[in-house]
Amino acid sequence: MAHKSDLIAEDIAGYLHSQEHKSLLRFITCGSVDDGKSTLIGRLLYESKLIFEDQLAALEADSKKVGTQGQGIDFALLVDGLAAEREQGITIDVAYRFFSTDVRKFIVADTPGHEQYTRNMATGASTAQLAIVMIDARKGVLTQTRRHSYIVSLLGIKHVVLCINKMDLVDFSEEVFRSIEEDYRAFAEPLGITDIVAIPVSALEGDNVTEASQRMEWYHGSTLMGHLETVKVDDELRAKAFRMPVQWVNRPNLDFRGFSGFISSGTVRPGDRVKALPSAKESTVARIVTYDGDLMEAAAGQSVTITLADEIDISRGDVICTADHPAEVADQFEAKIIWMSDEEMLPGRPYLMKMGTRSASVQIASPKYKVNVNTMEQLAAKTLELNEIGVCNIAVDRDVAFEPYQDDNAMGGFILIDRMTNNTVGMGMIDFALRRASNIHWQAIAVDKHARAELKQQRGCVLWFTGLSGSGKSTIANLVEKRLHSMGRHTYTLDGDNVRHGLNKDLGFTDADRVENIRRVSEVSRLMVDAGLITMVSFISPFRAERRMARDMLDEGEFMEIYVDTPIEVAETRDPKGLYKKARRGEIKNFTGIDSPYEPPEQAEIRIDTVDMTAERAADSIIAYLTASGYLGSV
Amino acid sequence: MQDLTHLQRLEAESIQIIREVAAECDNPVMLYSIGKDSAVMLHLAMKAFYPSKPPFPLMHVDTTWKFKEMITFRDNIAKDLGLDLIVHINEEGVAQGVGPFTHGSALHTDIMKTQSLKTALDKYGFDAAFGGARRDEEKSRAKERVFSFRTAQHRWDPKNQRPELWNLYNAKKAKGESIRVFPISNWTELDIWQYIYLQKIPIVPLYYSGVRPVVERDGTLIMVDDDRMPLHEGEKPMMKSVRFRTLGCYPLTGAIESEASTLLEIIQEMLLTTTSERQGRVIDHDSVASMEKKKQEGYF
Repeated sequence: MAHKSDLIAEDIAGYLHSQEHKSLLRFITCGSVDDGKSTLIGRLLYESKLIFEDQLAALEADSKKVGTQGQGIDFALLVDGLAAEREQGITIDVAYRFFSTDVRKFIVADTPGHEQYTRNMATGASTAQLAIVMIDARKGVLTQTRRHSYIVSLLGIKHVVLCINKMDLVDFSEEVFRSIEEDYRAFAEPLGITDIVAIPVSALEGDNVTEASQRMEWYHGSTLMGHLETVKVDDELRAKAFRMPVQWVNRPNLDFRGFSGFISSGTVRPGDRVKALPSAKESTVARIVTYDGDLMEAAAGQSVTITLADEIDISRGDVICTADHPAEVADQFEAKIIWMSDEEMLPGRPYLMKMGTRSASVQIASPKYKVNVNTMEQLAAKTLELNEIGVCNIAVDRDVAFEPYQDDNAMGGFILIDRMTNNTVGMGMIDFALRRASNIHWQAIAVDKHARAELKQQRGCVLWFTGLSGSGKSTIANLVEKRLHSMGRHTYTLDGDNVRHGLNKDLGFTDADRVENIRRVSEVSRLMVDAGLITMVSFISPFRAERRMARDMLDEGEFMEIYVDTPIEVAETRDPKGLYKKARRGEIKNFTGIDSPYEPPEQAEIRIDTVDMTAERAADSIIAYLTASGYLGSV
Repeated sequence: MQDLTHLQRLEAESIQIIREVAAECDNPVMLYSIGKDSAVMLHLAMKAFYPSKPPFPLMHVDTTWKFKEMITFRDNIAKDLGLDLIVHINEEGVAQGVGPFTHGSALHTDIMKTQSLKTALDKYGFDAAFGGARRDEEKSRAKERVFSFRTAQHRWDPKNQRPELWNLYNAKKAKGESIRVFPISNWTELDIWQYIYLQKIPIVPLYYSGVRPVVERDGTLIMVDDDRMPLHEGEKPMMKSVRFRTLGCYPLTGAIESEASTLLEIIQEMLLTTTSERQGRVIDHDSVASMEKKKQEGYF
């Protein structure tokens, strides 16, 4: 890795020792494709001598092939990743880069500046301590600069480097530089970004990147690298009160009970009085246990295991705090939410929330307002769509320990997970807890079929079993219902025979009565689906038209036709109720399969071949279908 | 109290990740490839749960073409640490005589590693698998999440990754789906070596220089580790002082000529060298985007 340090060759042990005390800085770069962001990162990698010869040879070849710099090296190619984006010539996601100097290791989150910006930038910014905001000197502060800076402030990044790039294209003009800096401060300081350092650079030519520019003598500040190496960002967290969300209860044997976690703020020592939240039980720290031996002190940023003097009940998700300055506990909050899914946020729907190590169910009220990220304007909104940012009240299903996000990212930031798809659909940042008196007023949250089904963590639907008498419809339907029930699902079965004893006992077997029979059953099953239930209907239902009628009463995806396919010869030999014999003897008229036709489904969602498949296997395959199609959410 | 160093921060972050998996997944496994990155990952797992043992087994997907010294080292480490070790071999591939010499590196790797890994994960029903990949190794890895979601068919979709915010990892998944977890994502090669040096972590002796029998093929020095290696006409193994910067199947791993016989000398050599680590891996030479393709197909 061609560090040109003589120390490496002469005294490797001395060199390594000098590298042991490096600190770590995580930063994000914000800007669009045209601002020269990739070029800047590529140059930082190049200048910190982290490019190997084989990589450099590949870079030179690529530069000639697809580069934008003629015969020169296109540094942007160094930071290009996936094949898809190489073809498009833009970055499509968050990528992490690493470089290191003698005093610091850097982790760079590189995020794109196109339409997915909010989601990707928020992702990159969530772990960053500092943001580089890129500005093209020819263009000054643009809409996207405001957008990036707003997200930076929202994610609680206090340190910004305003990198005014392409100074070579404005004749290295101090006036241009000063005026952009002034514009920016006027806009960014009210957002709460307190530490702003402006640096004039040319990423392409290297001015003020690692070497002070000879062409801007009016500038006396640090180079970009110089600033990144020295800016103080650490250990604001260490000065705060002690907080450790419990990740894992460590019980190797009956004599040891420890609580493992990552200290999110403050310091802790044996003998410290601590309080576990939300239970508020107190104890004293006995030991701070690590693989390398017990510690006399541990601080924010360390992963440790703590034992307590008293046996108090603490489990994963609880937070151990300093007793005299514990975190707050509440179950209703106002929070800023960034929506990250193609499917819009559904107010009132329960989502899974993960905050610290706590997972809980949360409901989100309709946004108070959403924010136009380009103008900071507050707009009325009923919901949030992909990449939208809004302020919402939220209600958690239990008490949780928290801090306002702007005071403590780890205790106030949460993610939202869709219970059906398991995807991460949003992120949130707590502003403050709502007083009980100002409890959430749930605005017009209709209790509809989705709400009812959500509560049961399933999607209501009809499983319509059709097939000849004796094909095994009811047997399989009963097995499916038993399985679903044992999985904690809410179900109901409508069986042809049973319904005819009650609701439909006034109906006979004429064509008109058959249609009315199916119509009533379809209506009842529609009500069941409206109630959020998974409904089994087990009916011969021989005619396509009547099954079509049932299907049409329900919404898309709510009706599943299950064709229990048994040849008439097989069904007739089974003949569990002796009906075929009667029909053969002419005692029953219009019997399906004998003197009345059965029209097999043309496009059943599921087909069960009962000759090859046992009823148990058939039930398994139906459950598997429901699971795979998302009818059964995770519990 | 002193500020934390970058290695202390990386260590704490990795431990946090490993513990999250143990807490949230039903049946995790640590894929142990015997190399230096695996050595560090395993060391971090030992730290994460101390005084308990890691609550998951190790698994090595053995292609049967690993260096003999790697296998000895693997078995000793598992025994010394008192951990469960699962060794999975694609017996079907063995029966068909699949190997790099007869089937070529791509097919061999696919059958004995990629497919074998999928079979093993399915066989034991693991819902999370730790891997020692680092983001600095290769461009497509720079974008992979720490928790990398796989479909029931073990496919990775780089365009449809879950956003990963703060240190809050979403381990939710449907039955059959799984997660690959990369706890040392943010470590660089230098970090790994520095950590091995500071923590005195044992590594396979093949990383150290030794006099070994090698032949030169297409500009790469291949060690003759056993008599399964067919020698070309006129080819004679030479005894040379060599070592390995990366370890894999012996016929697919190039040695470098080196006298570096201590950890410090290895690090010194690495710092002064001018070629990247993956150059020694024959598998990467195919095409620029090869690793990305392999990953989509289920290569770790």
